[in-house]
Amino acid sequence: MTRRPQARSLRTSGQCMYALSRRKEAEVSSKAQELGDSSTGSWVAIVEQAAKGIRRRVLEHSLRNDGGYLSQACSSAEILSTLYIKTMHLGPSVAPVIPAPFRSVPGSRNSSSPPATGAGYNGTRSPAYDRFFLSPAHYALVLYAALIETGRMSEDALAQFNQDGSVVEMIGAEHSPGFEAMGGALAQTLSLAAGVAWARKRFGDTGRVFVFLSDGEFQEGQTWEAIQAMKFFGIDNLIAYVDVNGQQCDGEMKDVMSIEPVDERIRAFGATATVVDGHDPKALDAAVGDGLPGMPHFVLCRTDPCRGVEILERRRPKLHYLRFASTAEKEEYVRFSLCLQDSARRSGKGA
Amino acid sequence: MRMEILSSVHAKNLVAWAADKPSVVVLSADLTGSTEIAEFKGAYPDRFFSMGIAEQNMISFAAGLAREGYIPLVHTFAVFIYRQALNQIVSSVAYSNLPVKFFGFLPGITTPGGATHQAIEDVAVMRAIPNITIFEPGDATEVETILDPVLRTPGPVYVRMLRGEVPRIFPVEEPFATGRFRVLSEGDDLVLVTSGICTEEALRATPALLAAGLSIRHLHISTHKPLDDPALVGALKRSRYGVITMENHSVVGGLGSEIAELIADNGIGARLCRIGIRDTFAHGGSRAYLMREYGLDAAALVTVVESFVGRKFGIMDADLGRVRIEPVHSLARAEAL
Repeated sequence: MTRRPQARSLRTSGQCMYALSRRKEAEVSSKAQELGDSSTGSWVAIVEQAAKGIRRRVLEHSLRNDGGYLSQACSSAEILSTLYIKTMHLGPSVAPVIPAPFRSVPGSRNSSSPPATGAGYNGTRSPAYDRFFLSPAHYALVLYAALIETGRMSEDALAQFNQDGSVVEMIGAEHSPGFEAMGGALAQTLSLAAGVAWARKRFGDTGRVFVFLSDGEFQEGQTWEAIQAMKFFGIDNLIAYVDVNGQQCDGEMKDVMSIEPVDERIRAFGATATVVDGHDPKALDAAVGDGLPGMPHFVLCRTDPCRGVEILERRRPKLHYLRFASTAEKEEYVRFSLCLQDSARRSGKGA
Repeated sequence: MRMEILSSVHAKNLVAWAADKPSVVVLSADLTGSTEIAEFKGAYPDRFFSMGIAEQNMISFAAGLAREGYIPLVHTFAVFIYRQALNQIVSSVAYSNLPVKFFGFLPGITTPGGATHQAIEDVAVMRAIPNITIFEPGDATEVETILDPVLRTPGPVYVRMLRGEVPRIFPVEEPFATGRFRVLSEGDDLVLVTSGICTEEALRATPALLAAGLSIRHLHISTHKPLDDPALVGALKRSRYGVITMENHSVVGGLGSEIAELIADNGIGARLCRIGIRDTFAHGGSRAYLMREYGLDAAALVTVVESFVGRKFGIMDADLGRVRIEPVHSLARAEAL
């Protein structure tokens, strides 16, 4: 263990901005409280509820915006809910429940204030807390929905989504809620998180480094470079959850560029890999402990990109981005969304 | 002109300099001996990272270390930094303004390794990326005093580094100063702006040109970006014939372009001639051969000056300073690359 160098100071997106109503803050914090108590109760039910909420919010938003990354919400809703509610050890959010507007990008020419970060939504930095990096930044809306469902951000924040002058961007940047790095160029975050994990190990931190990856990133050479290096350096405090939904921009991965058998390939590179049903919260959580000393651990979450919004099936094989082909198609999704809203109201949660 | 020649300047200097800087770590992509960091590895093995031939991972990994408070000094050949991992430089490092310091070796035609090893457009590429500061030392004094300025500069820094045998041109008591140019001679006939190894090369020709009666204001630039020394505009303004730039880099996007931008931005009505690699790839060969072949040597400078001022000076090869032959297989550098 060595002495921790002075880490650069950061400001969370927009402290001291946006005067918020006390009511809104209270609402969000009571949600967080409720989830905090969940460890004793049936956390699985809470995760499932949050996952439903994520799908519903992303669907509603896709309708409002005439499009969106909906299949990603369908595939990853349980993964993100399980990580935030059960698996990761994060402190409460230290960021405003409604993000402040965009101020500036990091840079020496505007270095008078520290660079903005969305990491505050994942709690404060501490040796004991885990860190979370979401790599495929086009999952941003799913992450925002997860932050709302887990009491870390107000649902009103989504009004800023993809609006000019907002940090609640469509492809999340490091100032966007829940983000700590720039994941928009795929496959870089795993290497970056490996550097963070190496440093944390050297400092003797007990907190781990969690990375959320998409399966498409295994087509990039850098992902394999990162696994090779993590094995070489014995980095075993990094756990990657991979949304193996088998989908990419051009269609099904098996037709575009297959990565299978991805679990065997990962093991061959010197990491441990557990394959789980990506919609089963218990299995997702249990797999976190399957790693071995001296190597990184991958949880490969086999998921269904249409899960919970089954009408998406008709769009196969192109699921990457939902763009309505006709008014009639959009109306179908509106009807589906209304059903989800109705069921949410009846269960008395997350309306 | 007799110059002291030093060898492995960076290798020795880095070890001494890093002794009291525990947050400084060094990353290597399988070119440890070739980038003069073997001594660092020996002295501080727990601060040395062998990253293998995997530059993209190396640079994003360095960004992760920098986020935790380390100062990663990334060492490899220049081409393998900006050509192999440009997106990693941009998205993992530069956007976040992280203090990752890149040491790119073998600038321009300083390697017999041919087009794949010759960084002829590194300044052009790196200069276009926001937040990055770009240094290029021109002699041993600058190489051995560049690390403090690199560390003091916030955010990423790209150093177009020299290795092996390097002459001492500038006095030891005049260290590398960020953003400052050096005046090597004063004169009003023309302004000559040089950088990197072209400063040494130009100094082979300027005594003969001065002896022929020409007065030259010779400026050495070692900070490519930001190029904001307010005195520079003034120095470019006053000349009878105009401005000549000379660089070990493509004429597209490097020193010549930087000076062209300054001239245009400030409405200086000066003629500009850019000596450099003329938008072509080079090939493998000795430094002296390549400098002659691609028109980067002292003789090329004389020819350009003659056409600039419309006069022949009758300067012969014998009138130029001796060419310094850098042995490819020297003790300082055991391998060819």
